Amino acid sequence: MAITEAPRIVTSRLGYEDSHTIDRSLATGGYQALRKALAMTPEAVAAEVDAASLLGRGGAGFPAGRKWSMLRRDPVTYLVVNGDESEPATFKDHLLIEGDPHQLLEGVLIAAYALQVTQAFIYVRGEFALGLERLQQALNEAYAHGAVGDDIFGSGFSVDVVVHPGAGAYICGEETALLESLEGKRGFPRIKPPFFPAAIGLYGQPTVVNNVETMSNLPWIVLHGGEAFAALGQGRSTGTRLFALSGHVRNPGTYELEMVKTTFRDLIYAPVLGGGIRGGNELKAFIPGGVSAPWFGPEHLDLPLGQDEVAEAGSMLGSGSIVVMDSTTCMVRAAWRITKFFARESCGQCTPCREGSGWLERVLYRIEHGAGREEDLDLLLDVSDNISPGLQWPPLQTTICVLGPSIPSSIHSAISTFRDEFLLHVKEGACPYA
Amino acid sequence: VSHLRPDVRRRALELIALYPERRSALIPICHLAQEQDGWLRPEAMEEIAELVGLTPAEVRGTASFYDMLHTEEVGTYLVSVCTNIACLLGGALELLEHAEETLGVRPGGTTADGAITLEEAECLADCDRAPCVQVNHRYVGAQTPESFDQLVGDLRAGRLGDTIPPHGTLVRVQRSVGLRADRREVARQRAAMAGAQAARAAERERRRAAGGQGATTGGGKG
Repeated sequence: MAITEAPRIVTSRLGYEDSHTIDRSLATGGYQALRKALAMTPEAVAAEVDAASLLGRGGAGFPAGRKWSMLRRDPVTYLVVNGDESEPATFKDHLLIEGDPHQLLEGVLIAAYALQVTQAFIYVRGEFALGLERLQQALNEAYAHGAVGDDIFGSGFSVDVVVHPGAGAYICGEETALLESLEGKRGFPRIKPPFFPAAIGLYGQPTVVNNVETMSNLPWIVLHGGEAFAALGQGRSTGTRLFALSGHVRNPGTYELEMVKTTFRDLIYAPVLGGGIRGGNELKAFIPGGVSAPWFGPEHLDLPLGQDEVAEAGSMLGSGSIVVMDSTTCMVRAAWRITKFFARESCGQCTPCREGSGWLERVLYRIEHGAGREEDLDLLLDVSDNISPGLQWPPLQTTICVLGPSIPSSIHSAISTFRDEFLLHVKEGACPYA
Repeated sequence: VSHLRPDVRRRALELIALYPERRSALIPICHLAQEQDGWLRPEAMEEIAELVGLTPAEVRGTASFYDMLHTEEVGTYLVSVCTNIACLLGGALELLEHAEETLGVRPGGTTADGAITLEEAECLADCDRAPCVQVNHRYVGAQTPESFDQLVGDLRAGRLGDTIPPHGTLVRVQRSVGLRADRREVARQRAAMAGAQAARAAERERRRAAGGQGATTGGGKG
């Protein structure tokens, strides 16, 4: 395993100070892929994306080409781009929206053409004030450039794009909640079936919902071909991916790496990537793909950064965000804070999630603060089991969306691996790390 | 009589025109109302309801779901300290405690001079600069207790006015054009699609009635 010399597919402009401007975009090949796509048939463009085997970069990892082809039977009415990046420790779309909004727009326009959609919405989380400004600026410039609107680049194809700001709700990253929010409602996930966006989406019409990073890959795929993309990576995980590394490493940040070719050890320890654990400390555990994912320990370091490889080891690559925890970390505190997040962000529709998250948070809080009991450990697992029966991975679901079943992951991981640490909190009546 | 200023109301109408259904403009218009008033006043919610065709209760019920829409008054500067996992590992709880002491308020509270509202935030997607702090949703980089005090001093002295507008102003770049694709063409395409879908649905129904199970694969391509 190693860090390969793969091309930078989504981050090629990010080294420039003015990477977000149309001048930089046009000077570095911006909108060439869109021109090329418009000269092809929509089916041929979709076929390239299919050939690339591009997996959706939002977290679930569903093949984008397949998502589109499901729609070819029922023509799509709307394209909605999910830029509501809120999964804790995930900050790649933040970078792509702020750093290269024209690349994102170009990807959206290519997708719109392939799907023959005349209206696309880009839903950006409200907390990205700068990202929203840069994306709106880029959109204004793209309209003036003739890349969006009526008869784009004289191709006869017309499409409008609207940048839509969210207003602060994690759940709106769930695609059906996002659609509700885009319709001007509370972000309540819809029950599936029947409300799969491909069948009944925005305003009840067939809708494709794709992630920002997924869209940002499209210009390169159209320019270089789906096969060139599929030649990168391995197995089902093709191309590169933007990994977000945070926590106790020397160099936290985002790193675009070829899929599967690099391991967690490379990412965390290589001098040009994470640079190792801060202060020369020992690694205690790491979260491989957002806080919904079960935790990994040092024994998992040599796993490759690939979707199936991580899934087989019992967790998920999810949103591509890796959180590193060193030996000074209190695992009760970490599990408590993650659970508190879910308790705050539960939309409240389903009882297991709404009630369960709150009670789990309170029990973890009292253990962390020295008021826990030994039987609280079983209580935590019992409540978790009521949210997701059997505490399996991938989790079973008792709720409308996957937020609820995501809650037990960190608690189950923490108790199974660091049970002694929980018991020490109970025995000493205080947090040993405080 | 209109609560929204004429220019704000005009922008609200422009927003409504961007969506197939007017209700979709609800959240963007709430942001506009906050730009005018700093928070969502009841009068603003009444007018928004009228603009998007809802009742004031529906507007409030939707707005209250979202953290960024404030149905109670907030300070000029909303200081959000993230304490989620990556920031927690970077000392965010200690930073928040320091912020509470410095400002003399608990999370959710506003300082007596009305300058600053402190908020404990969930992940703000800037985790390589932990602990992450935003002021009016503008990133100000990783903060230490010392730099935080400096930040508060700068905010109070108005030294950051150029980069951080007062609370409520979210997007300072306005859309320069309305929709451009020919609406009649869009309507024609939609009608054609709806017709095609109805035909396929009828076909599926006919096959189901004929007792043929598993007829969902392939086929269908027109």
